[in-house]
Amino acid sequence: MSIVPAEMVLRQKSRPRFGLLAWGAIVVLSGWVAVALLAPVIAPFGEGEIVSMQSFAEVPEAGLLGTDYLGRDLISRLLYGARMTMGVALASALLACLIGILLGFLAAVLGGWTDQLLSRLVDALLSFPSVVFALVLIGGLGTSLPVIVVTVALIQATGSYRIARALGNDLIAMDFVDAARARGESAWWIMSREILPNASAPLLADFGLRYTYAILIVSALSFLGLGVQPPSADWGVMVKENVQGLFLGSPAALVPAACIASVTVSVNLIVDAIVERGRAGRVPEMLP
Amino acid sequence: MRVLAALATLLVASLLMFAATEILPGDVAQAILGQYATPEALAAMRDRLGLDQPAYIRYVEWLGRMLVGDLGQSTSTGQPVATLIEDRLRNTLILAFATALVAVPLALALGLIAATHANSAVDHSITIAALIAVAVPEFFTAILLIYLFSVSLEWLPSISVIRSGQTLSDTLDQLILPVAVLTLVVMAHTVRLTRNSLVNVLSSGFIETAILKGIPRNRIILFHALPNVLSPIFTIVALTLAYLVSGVVIVETVFSYPGLGRLMVDAVAGRDIPLIQACGMIFCLVYVLLNMTADVLSTLANPRLRAPR
Repeated sequence: MSIVPAEMVLRQKSRPRFGLLAWGAIVVLSGWVAVALLAPVIAPFGEGEIVSMQSFAEVPEAGLLGTDYLGRDLISRLLYGARMTMGVALASALLACLIGILLGFLAAVLGGWTDQLLSRLVDALLSFPSVVFALVLIGGLGTSLPVIVVTVALIQATGSYRIARALGNDLIAMDFVDAARARGESAWWIMSREILPNASAPLLADFGLRYTYAILIVSALSFLGLGVQPPSADWGVMVKENVQGLFLGSPAALVPAACIASVTVSVNLIVDAIVERGRAGRVPEMLP
Repeated sequence: MRVLAALATLLVASLLMFAATEILPGDVAQAILGQYATPEALAAMRDRLGLDQPAYIRYVEWLGRMLVGDLGQSTSTGQPVATLIEDRLRNTLILAFATALVAVPLALALGLIAATHANSAVDHSITIAALIAVAVPEFFTAILLIYLFSVSLEWLPSISVIRSGQTLSDTLDQLILPVAVLTLVVMAHTVRLTRNSLVNVLSSGFIETAILKGIPRNRIILFHALPNVLSPIFTIVALTLAYLVSGVVIVETVFSYPGLGRLMVDAVAGRDIPLIQACGMIFCLVYVLLNMTADVLSTLANPRLRAPR
């Protein structure tokens, strides 16, 4: 009879494998990533190429889904749109996590007035409803891709900062951080070598959430006509362009919207699966 | 204390707002008039906006005018901002109140059902529906409902035009779809939070004691569990209403609803800085007030928070 502590047995049993739902989500997401990377290769027509004089029609020249309001091939624009929508959101989410994690860890490691200053600043940013904040910045600066990426990143960085700071504060109390401090390591060493590796799982899950929100905000801004500008193909832009088609009985506006939903729902499901796994496994419950 | 904190937040928000709209763009006159403005027009606009003074003086003057209710003039239409906002604000408030009336009780009820049937099929389907509703963009829900109810079934109008003097039933017809969309958007978070905080309370010791004493189930939920979740629920309701602020901007645009959100979107598209500032500050004010009310109410509902920290 082997002697294994009861808690270890429990832990191994309760650590769930990825469910069917999560695997499905991974397949959908990888599909979209492949599409985004390969768009120019697999799209039958160019991004702005007009293939027919008929709008919202299933003409033989166009692909499966027919044409959009200008007679462009809907499928081709969807494929290019994957590139724009997912790319812009990825850039914003990466920037947001970079800013948020760096400042969050800095606040945790340095503490004192650095922490106070940063936390109050984040509180102030959070006092703006996110869409309103984006509207104000875009109103001031005009709309362009860099402005959108930075605006969305700023909005998202607040959430990332809070999580990074909380994780940092938990880890800072650990003995190995004390040991590193006693060795005289710099704040940068402690942040990058001691805290970051131990916080990577929850931070990864947080990145997933930032990415979903980024997609939602970017496509909402594009939908309002203040984000990505036509004729670029972006899913939010495509919904806006084709919304009139609804009244002519064409679902052309629903398809890009459903694409957005498929990406965000997939990412959410994957994040949920990772968090569930982390909870049951070695990472203690750190996500709110 | 809380009122002071809210005021401080508003002050910082106004500073951010001013910085974003009048300092970051560099030359505001250029930003408003566009690339091809003549030098004379630029000079006139700079003069009108008082751009020759340093930023901090302009900020103090701007804040002072805001405080006495002078919101300035719209740069694109030349009308006073206050008149532009008046009707729009009322329309948005109608929309928001209607949504709150539907969404809050419905969300609390669903949360309650999910919590009392925790881990049953009902609970799981409510959770999954809420997850999907969070992950789907607002405009998707909106146009899906338009497609279903306005285009396919032709039951409801797809755009809302609120005129003075129209009949109540017309207004109601036009409100149904926007309110439905906002309700779906806003409810998801509320349902999940209500469910989770109730499940936590229901698994605690005193509820077990109550069950063992043989108190009827409904009585336990209403008189033992609910008072203990009142404080988080107030916070949740305020959060719900705060989500409304963001949702309203999109939903008003989809339905062409003449409210403050669409006014702000149009203002941003037309680079109408005074109008953007006014709309932005109103949204911020509502948001901060809601959060403050939630704080105060949850303190009142939870004696443990009442002691000074």
